[in-house]
Amino acid sequence: MSIGVHSTDQLVISAEKNPHALTIALAGNPNAGKTTLFNSLTGLRQKVANYPGVTVERKEGDWQVKDGSEPARLIDLPGLYSLDATSIDEQIARDVITGKVKDLPVPDVVVAVVDATNLERNLYLATQILEYHVPVVIALTMIDIAEKNGLVIDIGKLSEKLGTAVVALNVKQKIGLETLSETVLKIANTKSNGANWQLSDEAEKTIASLTTSANGHATIERQTIITELYGDELPTDKKRREVVLKARENLKSANPNFWQEPLLARYAWIENAVHESVHHKQEEKLSTSQKIDSILTHKLFGPIILFVVLLLIFQTIFTWASLPMDLIDGGFSALGELVRARMPQGLLTDLIVDGVIAGVGGVIVFLPQILLLFFFISLLEDTGYMARAAFLMDKLMHGVGLHGKAFMPLLSSFACAIPGIMATRTIENPKDRIATILIAPFMSCSARLPVYTLMIAAFFANKTVFRFISVGALLIMAMYLLGIIVAVCVAWILKRTILKSPAPPLVMELPPYRVPNFVTIIQLMFQQAWLFLKRAGTVILAISIILWALATFPQMPADPTQDEATHKSEQLRNSFAGKAGHLIEPVIQPLGFDWKMGVALIASFAAREVLVSTLSIIYNAGDGDDAESESLIKAVQDAKREDGKTAWTPLTALTMMVFFVLACQCMSTLAIVRRETNSYKWPAFMFVYMTVLAYIVSLVVYQGGKALGFA
Amino acid sequence: MLKTKANENLSLAHLSPGERARVVSVKGDGAIARRLMEMGIVPGASVQMIKSAPFGDPLEVRVRDYHLALRQNEAQTIIVSHKTNE
Repeated sequence: MSIGVHSTDQLVISAEKNPHALTIALAGNPNAGKTTLFNSLTGLRQKVANYPGVTVERKEGDWQVKDGSEPARLIDLPGLYSLDATSIDEQIARDVITGKVKDLPVPDVVVAVVDATNLERNLYLATQILEYHVPVVIALTMIDIAEKNGLVIDIGKLSEKLGTAVVALNVKQKIGLETLSETVLKIANTKSNGANWQLSDEAEKTIASLTTSANGHATIERQTIITELYGDELPTDKKRREVVLKARENLKSANPNFWQEPLLARYAWIENAVHESVHHKQEEKLSTSQKIDSILTHKLFGPIILFVVLLLIFQTIFTWASLPMDLIDGGFSALGELVRARMPQGLLTDLIVDGVIAGVGGVIVFLPQILLLFFFISLLEDTGYMARAAFLMDKLMHGVGLHGKAFMPLLSSFACAIPGIMATRTIENPKDRIATILIAPFMSCSARLPVYTLMIAAFFANKTVFRFISVGALLIMAMYLLGIIVAVCVAWILKRTILKSPAPPLVMELPPYRVPNFVTIIQLMFQQAWLFLKRAGTVILAISIILWALATFPQMPADPTQDEATHKSEQLRNSFAGKAGHLIEPVIQPLGFDWKMGVALIASFAAREVLVSTLSIIYNAGDGDDAESESLIKAVQDAKREDGKTAWTPLTALTMMVFFVLACQCMSTLAIVRRETNSYKWPAFMFVYMTVLAYIVSLVVYQGGKALGFA
Repeated sequence: MLKTKANENLSLAHLSPGERARVVSVKGDGAIARRLMEMGIVPGASVQMIKSAPFGDPLEVRVRDYHLALRQNEAQTIIVSHKTNE
């Protein structure tokens, strides 16, 4: 199957831009207030895409630096702590700053966002940027909070010590933004002094010898040589490569920890600058965040509160989403009927109504849930609680070989795997991220509920154990548990085989709690939802049309003696899908499924809940495409096989439910995995292993059940 | 002439909640050691143990005016000494 989504990832921005407009990059640590500043500078004129070939988000907007002139291109770099290029984010950021990204010029100015309450660590990245000799203006955010904490920052002194412009900002109250614009215009296209920290005499001598031998621009060369000596990038030139390797050996023999030298030198330089320009007005007191954390990450209350928070979120998602979901569902049905009424009868109308409208509608119906989930994920992220959830759950996740940060994505997948998979972006290690993506679809998502509901209503209704526990509730719980247990086992195996990597380290900032910024949250929510629609939309449309064609051709002549429902049912039987159902019957027979169920299974590979509507067509149940429809339940209960035996038994229904827990029947998920991993390999692998696993487990359940005497 | 009785070296993982110490060294030369140092845990930096998570791991420490979570495994690579002055 061909999934052509990649082309939509690329942005065509450069061509329409005035070449004289400034290009400005915005860099900073996570949680430093970078997004708020970016939004404030660009308004809502932003574009989100990916950098070519990787899943790093590329955000860009127009910044009206000076009234009446061409706005500057403001590039929002991913939040990062260092430029040492150990992660893709860092690599990309470095490429942007050094002008190595295709279609992006070297930035005229880099705005380094620095959190005033956390100066030293934030200045580390700023120092590294300075080393590239691009003009840098340091934007000091959270200045109001720093003042409240008793910090007095001498901006002039700090600027002097760092050798670059520093502007204090209060973004919320729009203080300092004009000074920032003026400073940017002033320093654009000037030469920066860099950061003048020094290494040990031994190291400085080595560097000096290498700069002279390379003869030329010594200032630029120093930076290059430091990267070559202490970083992972060796020169491509063979001769120079040998020189550098030899120099490394020499440095190493003098000091085994020589690689730490630039790190230590930067921090020493920063400490000196901060020491001279920052004064503590009062004794450090217990911060508000620490007070909040004494409850929220408390050994006992912490997990309980997390549980309650999650319960509330899920409750809200399911109750709030149901109304818009019904509206969307009704809307698409109405649209289908309208089109059918207005257009002449025929194939084209069928294609538009049953293929396009019904197919796309079936996916968009989940949009309210996806939006709500994104809303809560962003809210938790923005307030700082998300890091606490990872902190609380890390031990459990670590036991499986995953990262604490995998907890939220997996949890989100209980509503829908798509936002869950998109939320794995916070996991830095690519192998851990893929392991998390691969197990996310085992979490019973909301699309499985209609299937569970139908099976339980038809075969396990009004049954109880110990007189009061309903079998249906037990079964639903068992299905959720089955998904979790299988996910844990699969993660355990993956982490020891194809995704083998040492247990991911956890070095995670616990940012101070902040009052959430709802503009940012709502914006993020819509951006993510839009990405989903755009990327998955094309695939969904294509597969919907294919499935429609399979169920429609070859065409049956209309028979005036049949009513419409019978005709539909006959049509499906004789279609390619029907034939495919027959074709796979020998394979699914050991699971207790007949060819009709086979047809429904094939159709439900597009989206799980399609099983219900397909069964309804194939059993000729009239309007019963609702999981709780009486006519459909009756039709399923009464369905007969070719040999006259009852098609469904409680054991078949149970097997079907188990199959639905484990099989990868969701084209939107596959499309999003394709996009997030940037390869066809992983979605293909996911589809195959989940389906095989689903088959094997269903086989064990059915045959085991039969052997135990259940029919 | 300072008597360095309380100055014996131990790992960050051994600090009890609330205890402060100074970083002496970070063991290892891999990506994790580098990341820890980039995050400000360099020799001479002051660290304070805040607490451990509900199941004993990870740990929360305070360094350079912010809070960092890291696991026992990582904390054991960070050698600290109790402050003798201040």
